Amino acid sequence: MTRSDKAATNAADAAPRAGAQTGATRAASAMDADTAASMARRARRSDHVATGVLAVLVGVVCLLTVAMVVYILASGGTKMLDWSFLTSNPSDGGIGPEIFNSFYLLFLTLLISLPLSLGAAIFLTQYAPSGPVTTCIKTIIEVLSSLPSIVVGLFGFLVFVIKFGWQFSIIAGACALTMFNLPIMVRVIQQALEAVPRGQRDAGLAMGLTRWETTIHVLIPSAIPAIVTGVILSAGRVFGEAAALIYTAGQSAPAIDFTNFDITSASCPWNVFRPAETLAVHIWKLNSESVVTDAAAISAGTAAFLVACILVFNILARIIGRALEKKVTAA
Amino acid sequence: MDEMDDNLTESAPAAGARATVTPAAGGAEVVARDVDLFYGDHQALFDVSLDMPANKVTALIGPSGCGKSTFLRCINRMNDRIAGCRHTGSITLDGQDVDTQIDEYLLRTRVGMVFQRPNPFPLSIFDNVAYGPRRHGKPSREALRQTVQRCLERVGLWDEVKDDLKKSGLGLSGGQQQRLCIARTLAVDPQVLLMDEPTSALDPISTSLVEDLMSDLASDHTVIVVTHNMQQATRVSDYTAFFYMGKLVETAPTTELFSRPKEKQTEDYLTGRFS
Repeated sequence: MTRSDKAATNAADAAPRAGAQTGATRAASAMDADTAASMARRARRSDHVATGVLAVLVGVVCLLTVAMVVYILASGGTKMLDWSFLTSNPSDGGIGPEIFNSFYLLFLTLLISLPLSLGAAIFLTQYAPSGPVTTCIKTIIEVLSSLPSIVVGLFGFLVFVIKFGWQFSIIAGACALTMFNLPIMVRVIQQALEAVPRGQRDAGLAMGLTRWETTIHVLIPSAIPAIVTGVILSAGRVFGEAAALIYTAGQSAPAIDFTNFDITSASCPWNVFRPAETLAVHIWKLNSESVVTDAAAISAGTAAFLVACILVFNILARIIGRALEKKVTAA
Repeated sequence: MDEMDDNLTESAPAAGARATVTPAAGGAEVVARDVDLFYGDHQALFDVSLDMPANKVTALIGPSGCGKSTFLRCINRMNDRIAGCRHTGSITLDGQDVDTQIDEYLLRTRVGMVFQRPNPFPLSIFDNVAYGPRRHGKPSREALRQTVQRCLERVGLWDEVKDDLKKSGLGLSGGQQQRLCIARTLAVDPQVLLMDEPTSALDPISTSLVEDLMSDLASDHTVIVVTHNMQQATRVSDYTAFFYMGKLVETAPTTELFSRPKEKQTEDYLTGRFS
């Protein structure tokens, strides 16, 4: 029997069968109209219950988080808005150097970790052949991202502070934070690159671009909104990190003098080999070993400022990410 | 620096061919001989031999998975990047073997490709079209502007976008994006245009615009189009090749193939007995 003959017989067979089937279904549905209605009622009720339970759970979680943020901001709010608190030295109960140190350290960390993680992510997504080695590397990066930060800190202490002889310094802190930050950034950038539609990559190749040109001119621009958002969010995490810094960047904040440009001097703000206590470390120190009388108030004010900064990071990430997205997709 | 070195090394194997990208005098003839293609152990094409004449539209038709897109992607070596994909036999462009006698990157400036889904770069409309000329040469600002205008006019997009050249190409409608992609490909004056189901993601009006364009482009390009739509093949193509299960079943001038198919399988497919 040829193909077309077979198709014809099949069609002939199918016709009466289809008719019988609809007839049967119709009869069955007439009989079970009541059952169907009650089942629909039950389905709707369970849908309502599930929605209610989920709403309550989400509500509780939201309430807890909002309450925490509001509490931190409220308990340190007045202190935080005090200009002299934000600018004076720790010896006068202020956090001026700590604020500068935190931002400077963040800047240095991103300066080191951004190119590294961008390169790693590009290699892993575009070049690395899929195989056991690549899988192994990806797993290692994931493990690294869940490494306790105190372990990173002590490792940094042994390697950067002792072995390299950098002492407690900003550069040692930045290196430790890079180790802490790298896995997260690699993952974020990797996901952003993988989310670029395959068609874009093909377009580049079909235009006679090499893999490198396609990556630089097509993939990265497409992924840039997601990359920027991810980097700012990871910056928030780095900004609030304490444990990795206690033994690397140190716990002392020598007074800094912005008119001093001798980068070997401990009071020059840009000197990367000076010890530099950050906001988060300052909070830890105040609460663990401080002898100042109003330690609690200073600590609350510092915490409020820290939370406010991270809040700003998050809002910025959203605004900038959206603006870039808009610029890339439609100006 | 790098780019110059690249260009030098790239043009070496293609000595005798066009060393620089100059406007195409016309299309090039594409000839496939005895092409067997494998994905690992799986054979996807069986002994395909097909002539695709210069300055004509050749349509490749056949059911999903018949190998027509795979075959198309052999012509500009887009299959090279797929691990485990290899083929025997030869494909030539005006007598030059695309796999051995022409550099991969140079080949793709001579053989442009338009995809199923419009895929403009995340750049402005102007930069999308200017991308190829910039990448493959150092055109003056004025020459570039003229090229962009010429290509956009050619695809009938100029009047629609001439005031928005700085806006992102991704902000256009689907049909406009597809025409932008065709303009981008035309900007390097390819001899051959490969189109992989170029209208399957478009609305009827855009489809008809792109179809008109295909016939028009054949005046100075060789157009090879993969399509699911048989009416489209009859509307736009001069020659049609019918693929089934990785084999080239039949090829003939389009009117002949549709009115008097020689093979039973072709007839069954054309009359919709299987798809």
